[in-house]
Amino acid sequence: MARRKVREHDGKKLLARQMGLPIMCCQAKPETDLDSLAKENPWLLQKKLVVKPDMLFGKRGKGNLVLLDADWSHAKEFIKKNMNHEVEMPGVKGALTHFIIEPFVAHKEEYYFSIMPERDSDVLLFSPAGGMDVEANWDKVVKVAVPVGEAADRKAIEKALDGKIPVERKARAAEFFAKCHGVFAGLDLSLLEMNPFTFDGEGNPVPLDLRMEIDDCAGFKDDAKWGPIEFPEPFGRKPYPEEKFVKELDAKTGASLKLTILNPEGRIWTMVAGGGASVIYADTVVDLGYMKELANYGEYSGDPNEEETYQYAKTVLDLATRHNDPKGKVLIIGGGIANFTDVANTFKGIVRALREHKEKLKKANISIFVRRGGPNYQTGLKLMRELGSELGVPIEVYGPETSMTYVVPLAIKKLSG
Amino acid sequence: MKKTTANTANNELFTKKTKAFVYNLKAGPIQRMLDFDFLCCRETPSVAGIINPGSSGWHKAFFGKNEMLIPVFSTVADASKAVPDADVMVNFASFRSAYGSSKEALESRTIRTVAIIAEGMPERETRELIAMAKKKGKWIIGPATVGGIKSGCFRIGNTAGTIENITNCRLYRAGSVGLVSKSGGMSNEMYNVIAQNSDGVNEGIAIGGDAYPGSELLDHILRFEANPDIKMMVVLGELGGQSEYGIAEAKKSGKITKPLIGWCIGTCSKVFPTEVQFGHAGAKSGKEKETADAKNKAMRDAGIIVPRSFEGLGAAIKGEFERLRKEGKIKEIKEPELPKVPQDYAAALKSGTVRRSANFMCSISDDRGDDVLYGGVPLAEIIEKDYSVGDVISLLWFKRKLPKYAAKYIELCLIVAADHGPCVSGAHNAIVAARAGKDLVSSLASGLLTIGPRFGGAIDDAARYFKAGCDAGMAPEEFVEDMKKKAIRIPGIGHRIKSRDNPDKRVEFLKAYAKKHFPETKYLDYALAVENVTLEKANNLILNVDGCIGVTFMDLLSSCKCFSKEELEGIVEIGYLNGLFVLARSIGLMGHIYDQKRLKSELYRHPWDDVMFLK
Repeated sequence: MARRKVREHDGKKLLARQMGLPIMCCQAKPETDLDSLAKENPWLLQKKLVVKPDMLFGKRGKGNLVLLDADWSHAKEFIKKNMNHEVEMPGVKGALTHFIIEPFVAHKEEYYFSIMPERDSDVLLFSPAGGMDVEANWDKVVKVAVPVGEAADRKAIEKALDGKIPVERKARAAEFFAKCHGVFAGLDLSLLEMNPFTFDGEGNPVPLDLRMEIDDCAGFKDDAKWGPIEFPEPFGRKPYPEEKFVKELDAKTGASLKLTILNPEGRIWTMVAGGGASVIYADTVVDLGYMKELANYGEYSGDPNEEETYQYAKTVLDLATRHNDPKGKVLIIGGGIANFTDVANTFKGIVRALREHKEKLKKANISIFVRRGGPNYQTGLKLMRELGSELGVPIEVYGPETSMTYVVPLAIKKLSG
Repeated sequence: MKKTTANTANNELFTKKTKAFVYNLKAGPIQRMLDFDFLCCRETPSVAGIINPGSSGWHKAFFGKNEMLIPVFSTVADASKAVPDADVMVNFASFRSAYGSSKEALESRTIRTVAIIAEGMPERETRELIAMAKKKGKWIIGPATVGGIKSGCFRIGNTAGTIENITNCRLYRAGSVGLVSKSGGMSNEMYNVIAQNSDGVNEGIAIGGDAYPGSELLDHILRFEANPDIKMMVVLGELGGQSEYGIAEAKKSGKITKPLIGWCIGTCSKVFPTEVQFGHAGAKSGKEKETADAKNKAMRDAGIIVPRSFEGLGAAIKGEFERLRKEGKIKEIKEPELPKVPQDYAAALKSGTVRRSANFMCSISDDRGDDVLYGGVPLAEIIEKDYSVGDVISLLWFKRKLPKYAAKYIELCLIVAADHGPCVSGAHNAIVAARAGKDLVSSLASGLLTIGPRFGGAIDDAARYFKAGCDAGMAPEEFVEDMKKKAIRIPGIGHRIKSRDNPDKRVEFLKAYAKKHFPETKYLDYALAVENVTLEKANNLILNVDGCIGVTFMDLLSSCKCFSKEELEGIVEIGYLNGLFVLARSIGLMGHIYDQKRLKSELYRHPWDDVMFLK
C-alpha cells in the first residue's frame, strides 16, 4: 500500500500531539457508550458542539450530515439517529459508523490551507476564500513550494501571505503553516488539508475540517510518532464474505491474493497471476465492451503456496458456479510470463480446486481458458490440458506463443456463441 | 559532474563493458547477471563487486563453466574506491535500508546509476534521493522494480527471468525497440510481445510502480530518442500519476520524433465500485485526469500510436516496425552463435536430467521434513509420548525402540558411570586442561582421550571375550587358563581399589537390576563364575564396572529379542558399548570442568618432588 486516508478525528489528534495545539475532539463508533464519552470529555456538556460523519468522504454539508452549534443532548440524538444509517454519496453507498464531535467555533473568516507532495517539492497552498467555494475562487490561491529535504521558510510564507490575510494574523499564520510543514515532512504525510480553517478568539489557528493522508510505508520508522491511528477502508459497500475471506488469506501470507466482486451474476470470471497482468485482463474485457459481464477482479502473485492457491481458487470457483446461466460462462486463468515462479507448482492448487468443482462446473456450463508462461510452463499447461479431458469441462490452453490477452476475445466469442 | 566512465554517452546508461556493484549478497540475482553476461559473450563479467554491510572477502560464482571470485566490500565507499570504473549499483537493500544505501551510492564519485529493487520505500525518502540525483546528474531506476536490461550488454538483477526466456526474446543481442514500462512484472511479457513483432528489444527499463519513480517514463524515452540504435519506442504506463501527459507534451512539441507506441493500463478502473488500490503503490484510481482512459486519450491526441486495447499492442508494434523496415531504416540483424550456459546442478537435479552418486549416507535421522526424525520417529511424537533419554539413545544408536526396562537400563548405565571422582585419569586430565585455561570442548576432549584399554574402555572387550567364552561353552576355569596362555588380561576383571571385601556398589546395582528385569542373564552368570575363579588368585580381581556393563548389555540385547545374531555381533564389533561409557563420563567431565572454572582454579604445575628424575 502507500497513501492511506486517516479519519479526521485521528488526524486532528495527531496534529494536536505533534504541534501542542489545544484541539479538542472525540469519536463515536457503534459500540461507543455516549454517556461514558461525556464523562471522559467533560467539555461535551459545557460547549456548543459540531458533529460530522468521519468516514473519509467530503461534501458532508451538502448531504445534510453536519450538525452545527448543538448541545450534547442534540448531538447524542443526532448520533443515535444516524449511526448505522445507510447514506449515498456520489457513486457509493454505505452505512455511517464513525462520527467526530468537536466544540463549535463561531467564526467569520474561512481560509483554505493544504500541503501536497510534488516530485521535487512540498507545495503549500493558501486561500483567503476557504470553505465550499475554494475551487470557484482558485485564482486567489497562493502557493509556496518547499524543496524536498528543506524546512519551510517562515519569512517566505509571510511574504506570500501579503495582502491575502489581515496584517495582525499574518505572522501567526506563517508560523502555523511552517509548523504544519514540519509535521508533514517529519511524519511522512502525503496530504494535509484544512478547508476551512479559522482563528479562535485568542487568535489561535483552528482547523475546522481536516483531511489527512499518511504514507504507511514509513510505518517502520514513524509508527511511534503517529500514535494510535487507524487506516480504514474507503467508504463504500460492505465487502462480500468471499472478499473478506481472501483479504484474511492475503494478510496471513507474504504472497498477494486479491479479489473484488464486480457483478456476482457476471459471466466472465478471472483468476490471473500478477499485479500488472490482472489489471490488463480486466482492462481488455472492458475495452472490448463487456464490462457488464465482468464478474470479478482477481489476482494472485508473490509465489503463494499450493494450499493458498487452492483456497483462493476454491473461493473464485464457488462464486463462479453459484448462479447458472443458460447462455454459459467463462473462466479465464491467465498470466504473463513469470520471472521465477514455477508455473506447474502454482497450478497444482488450482487443479485441485477445479477437480473438486467438476460437477458444479459442468452444471454452470463453464468454459475455461488458460494462458501462462514462465519456468516449467510446459508441464503446467500439460496438466491443465489433461484436466480438461479428465473432467469433461472445456479447457483451452495457451502459452507464450500467444499474446497475454489472446484468450480474452476467445472467451468473449464463446459467450456470444 | 566529472565524467569517470569513458565511452558512455549521456544517453547510454549501460554498455557491453558496464561494471556494477550489487548491494546485499544476493547469490541468485548475481548469478543470473553473470549468466546473462556469458550468454552475450561479454569479455568481462558485469558484477565487479558486492557490498554487504559488515562483511569483506570474496563471493564465489560462475562465469560460464568456470568459477570466479567477486570481491565483497563492507561499504559503498570502499567498493567505489577499489573498483572506480564500476558506475552502476544494483541495490537489493530492504525498504528499510534502501534509502541509506542509495544515498551512499549517489554521494560516491564513481557510481552514476542506482537501481533500487525494494518495494515499499517511504515516498519522502525516494523524493529526497530524486533531489540528490538531480543535483549530481545521476540516474535512479526504481524503487519497486525488477530493473531493466540492455540487450546483449547488461542485465539488472532478475530482469527478463530465465535464460530460456532471454533466449526466446532474443535479449542476448540488440534489437531496434526501446521499451519503458511502469510494471516490472509485465516487462517480461513485453519483451516477448516485442520479440514476436519486431527484431527485438534494444533496451527495456521498468521504472517501478511507486508514485514517485526515481526516473520517469519520459526520462528514458528521451534517452532512447537520442540513441541512434533505437528506431522505435514502446511505453507501457499505468493509471495514477500524470507522467504520461509529459510524454504527450514531448511528442507534441517535437522532442520525440521516433515512432512511439503507448498504452496505459487500468482502463477497467471505471467499473470498480469504490476507490481501488491495485497492485502497485502508484496505481490508484481516483482523479479523472489520472485514469487510464484519460491518459490514453491524451497520448493518442498527441500523435502517439495508442491501440484500442492491450491486445492491440503487438499489431501496432508490428505495423510500425514493418513500415520502418520498408523505408530501409532497419538493418537485418545477423543472429550470433550462442554459447551454452551451463545449467545449475540444483536446477538440473530438480528437472531430473542429471544424477550423482551420493558421497554420504545416513540411516539414523532425517531433518529434511517439517520435523526431525530420530530413527524414523518424528520429534513431536517423541515429546508427546514422553520418550526417555534411553529411548532416544535406542532410536539413534540401534534404530529401534527397545522395551521399557531396556531403555531404563541404558539410563542406569549412564547414571552409574557418569562420574567417579576427580582422581581418575579422565577427570584428572579434564581438570588439568581446564586449569590451563582451555575451553570446554578442549578440556572435555583431553579427558575423553584417556578412555581406552586401561580406563573405562574395556566394556566392548569384556563383552566380546565373555560372550565368546560363554557361547563356546568353555568352563570358567578353562576360560581363565586360555586367557592366561594368550597373555591377555581379562578385560572387565580387576580394580585398583575395590575388592571382594570392598565391593563396587555400582556393580551391585547393575547386577541387581539385570537379575530382576532381564528375561535371561547367561553372560552375567558366566562372568560371575569367571570372577569366582579369578578371586581365588587375588581378592581385587573382581568383575568391575566395565565388565559388568559389558556382560549385562550382552544379556539385555540377546534376551530382548530385538536383534538378530548378526546384529548383535555387529554391535560388539563396532564398539557401541564403550560409547556408553564415553557418553556417561562426558557428563561428569563437564561437571569437573565447570567446577574448576567456577572455582577459578589456577594453572596446575606438578611438583618436582613427585617426579623421579632419572640420570
